[in-house]
Amino acid sequence: MKKILILSASIYLLSSCGNSSKPNEEQGNQQTPKSMLESSSNENPSYDPKRGEGKFTEEGLALKPGLDANMAISGDKIQGVKCASCHKLTDEKLVGPGWKGVTSRRKPEWIMNFITNPDPMIDKDPEVQAQYELCLVRMPDQGLTDDDARHILEFMRQNDAAK
Amino acid sequence: MNIIKVKNAHVFIVSVFCITSFIACKPKNTKNAVSADAAAKSYIAPGEYDSYYNFVSGGFSGQMSAYGLPSGRLLRVIPVFSVDPEKGWGYNEETKPMLNTSHGFVPWDDLHHTEMSQTDGEIDGRWVFGNANNTPRIARIDLKTFRTAEIIELPNSAGNHSSPFITQGTEYVVAGTRFSVPPDDANGDVAINTYKQNFKGYLSFVSVGKTDGKMDIAFQIECPGVNFDLSHAGKGKSHGWFFFSCYNTEQASTLLEVNASQKDKDFIMAVNWKKAEEYLKAGRGRKVKARYAHNVYNEVTHTASSEIREEVTVLSAKELKDICYMIPCPKSPHGCDVDPTGEYIVGSGKLAAIIPVFSFDKLMSAISKKEFAGEFDGIQVVKYESALYGEVKKPGLGPLHTEFDGNGNAYTSFFVSSEVVKWNIKDLKVLDRVPTFYSVGHLCIPGGDSKKPSPKYLIAYNKITKDRYLPTGPELSQSAQLFDISGDKMQMILDFPTIGEPHYAQAVPADKIKNNQVKIFKIEENKHPYVAKGETEAKVVRTGNQVHVYMTSIRSHFSPDNIEGIKLGDEVYFHVTNLEQDWDVPHGFAIKGANNAELLIMPGETQTLKWVPNRVGIFPMYCTDFCSALHQEMQGYVRVSPVGSSVPLTWSLGKAIPEAEASK
Repeated sequence: MKKILILSASIYLLSSCGNSSKPNEEQGNQQTPKSMLESSSNENPSYDPKRGEGKFTEEGLALKPGLDANMAISGDKIQGVKCASCHKLTDEKLVGPGWKGVTSRRKPEWIMNFITNPDPMIDKDPEVQAQYELCLVRMPDQGLTDDDARHILEFMRQNDAAK
Repeated sequence: MNIIKVKNAHVFIVSVFCITSFIACKPKNTKNAVSADAAAKSYIAPGEYDSYYNFVSGGFSGQMSAYGLPSGRLLRVIPVFSVDPEKGWGYNEETKPMLNTSHGFVPWDDLHHTEMSQTDGEIDGRWVFGNANNTPRIARIDLKTFRTAEIIELPNSAGNHSSPFITQGTEYVVAGTRFSVPPDDANGDVAINTYKQNFKGYLSFVSVGKTDGKMDIAFQIECPGVNFDLSHAGKGKSHGWFFFSCYNTEQASTLLEVNASQKDKDFIMAVNWKKAEEYLKAGRGRKVKARYAHNVYNEVTHTASSEIREEVTVLSAKELKDICYMIPCPKSPHGCDVDPTGEYIVGSGKLAAIIPVFSFDKLMSAISKKEFAGEFDGIQVVKYESALYGEVKKPGLGPLHTEFDGNGNAYTSFFVSSEVVKWNIKDLKVLDRVPTFYSVGHLCIPGGDSKKPSPKYLIAYNKITKDRYLPTGPELSQSAQLFDISGDKMQMILDFPTIGEPHYAQAVPADKIKNNQVKIFKIEENKHPYVAKGETEAKVVRTGNQVHVYMTSIRSHFSPDNIEGIKLGDEVYFHVTNLEQDWDVPHGFAIKGANNAELLIMPGETQTLKWVPNRVGIFPMYCTDFCSALHQEMQGYVRVSPVGSSVPLTWSLGKAIPEAEASK
């Protein structure tokens, strides 16, 4: 009996090894499992906490001093739909932290990366993880376009510049 | 890692041993039915995907279910013809019109067959259709959302059984009535025993929009009163023809069990639908008054609309002699299945001792040479031998339905002898047979009724379950069985339970569907008339005794979450917009005392629950779908006051209660 068990077990092992590569490939475009895998390792040598992770860089953004009022108006509209349910414009915490002062706490490229690519950053960024322990709600990916993100950044800058 | 694998393997082997030793005690060759590697063949490890989707009819549940194969895991129950309080289907204001018919709101039906859309004879993964066998309808399910997108009712019909089979380019989805009845524009108040004079059988050809899938009854064909059972389109060389099995050609209206089993042969009706199109173009159709509902769900307004249509065009098979021909077929045929080449038409006479295989080429030649044996109620009957390619002798008892593997083989289910028989189409020889547990109805091979089957698996949908699973009182789960057909011999590898009663099913490689999924609805594109795009748009509006709440939901609160000033006699409509824009973050909405159901709102969607409170008091509402760590905090209150109360209509979020009231 034992022999049969071992024999069958090894047959199973063989066959399962043979099949293992294909399903993984199939799931290559799956976002959630991938990010969960990454979160399991605490060391992120490639992660830049100043820039965050995503497509935006300081050079790419090349922000100029002064505000673009039209952009800020557009950003205000977008945040009304996609952000305001959880973030106040003051420094008061609602679901997430208030926005007041965010542009001096974070680099612009970090903000844009975070709002367009929140999942990997929640898993990697030490400060975001600290925030997560306070808020207990993962900031959702609200499907912002690059322009949306830029306009929201402009609105945040305006919000911080006022008063 | 290795340790885990070995552990898994042990669990596995033990379970395989348990299965085999348990089965070993049973009679009827059950022991041989399952081999030791069955578990490995149907096992999908946690986190891995199945390689096929299987769309299974829910029978009397009225729904359709999606399973993963080879694991047999239930992925989703798609509400179609029956209300589903879990998803708000038929209960929320947006989906109520989907179940509207000329008989009013019908909350249940009996979904027997599924058929996936095809492009050039191959399953394209865009839509799957389902039929309503009670109040005749066809539904189209969009496989980007796994939701019912459209339902059309069929006039002049009763019991849409011979449906929803499609042509190779999804030009049409057809419907043949099971019950012949007097047509809708005739006086239906007739004696039942006047069946032969007054009852007619209608076939409906419903056109399907090439890009949007929209259904429209292009024409109906009036045929003699018989029972139409199943059908399949010609393909390849026989594209342009459709084949319908007919029973009760005795035209009985009582004790059909005996009276519809008199004749040795009934018919398969061959319909030249290209010819019918020509007659339609030439104006030979008769416009007939009818009433039928056409219901469409709009993904932008997130709302369904229902329209009652008043007219349909009918072609008469009796008058237009070269549309329909009868092929004699033994005996009370059920399955009517066309092989992947389009040449062979297999009739499965459920009371017959043989399987007849008809040849399309021979049929065409017989028609052109007028090799007729007479007429049936005005329809020309082709001579049996003139259309016959050959017969499979002694295949089994009670043949029901045949699927194909594309390698020249056919697989027929046998209800009475409870087995699946594999046979070769060319030489009509039986190659293999396996028992099913018990009494198999339909079969499914992925793409098994298309030009291009994917013949790795065969699924048998059984009618009797008995002792296959842990017992659950008098009512048992229904049973499907999975066979590996990649070798010469069929090998049973899995039993899995199904919802409702499974009839026909379709399966398709997962790649055809899994990458096309809608994950969220874009909030910017939401054109629901009561959408609140952001909390700044949340409000409560009173119009007479109707109160409309424009409500938003996001992890983890509703806005507003306190509402006062509702009075007895008010009809309150909660229009809840889910502001989330991330996959897999639905929010639910429920309120105490609601006489309908909950809402389950996908990201970017708006849905409406109507609520009519019947007493004064405070009513809690809450999110039903666990959304975050603060899900239990996602709640609110509605205050209901007596008629004539002076409590003003107020709403808020984050304030204790309206300030004017608080100070009192």
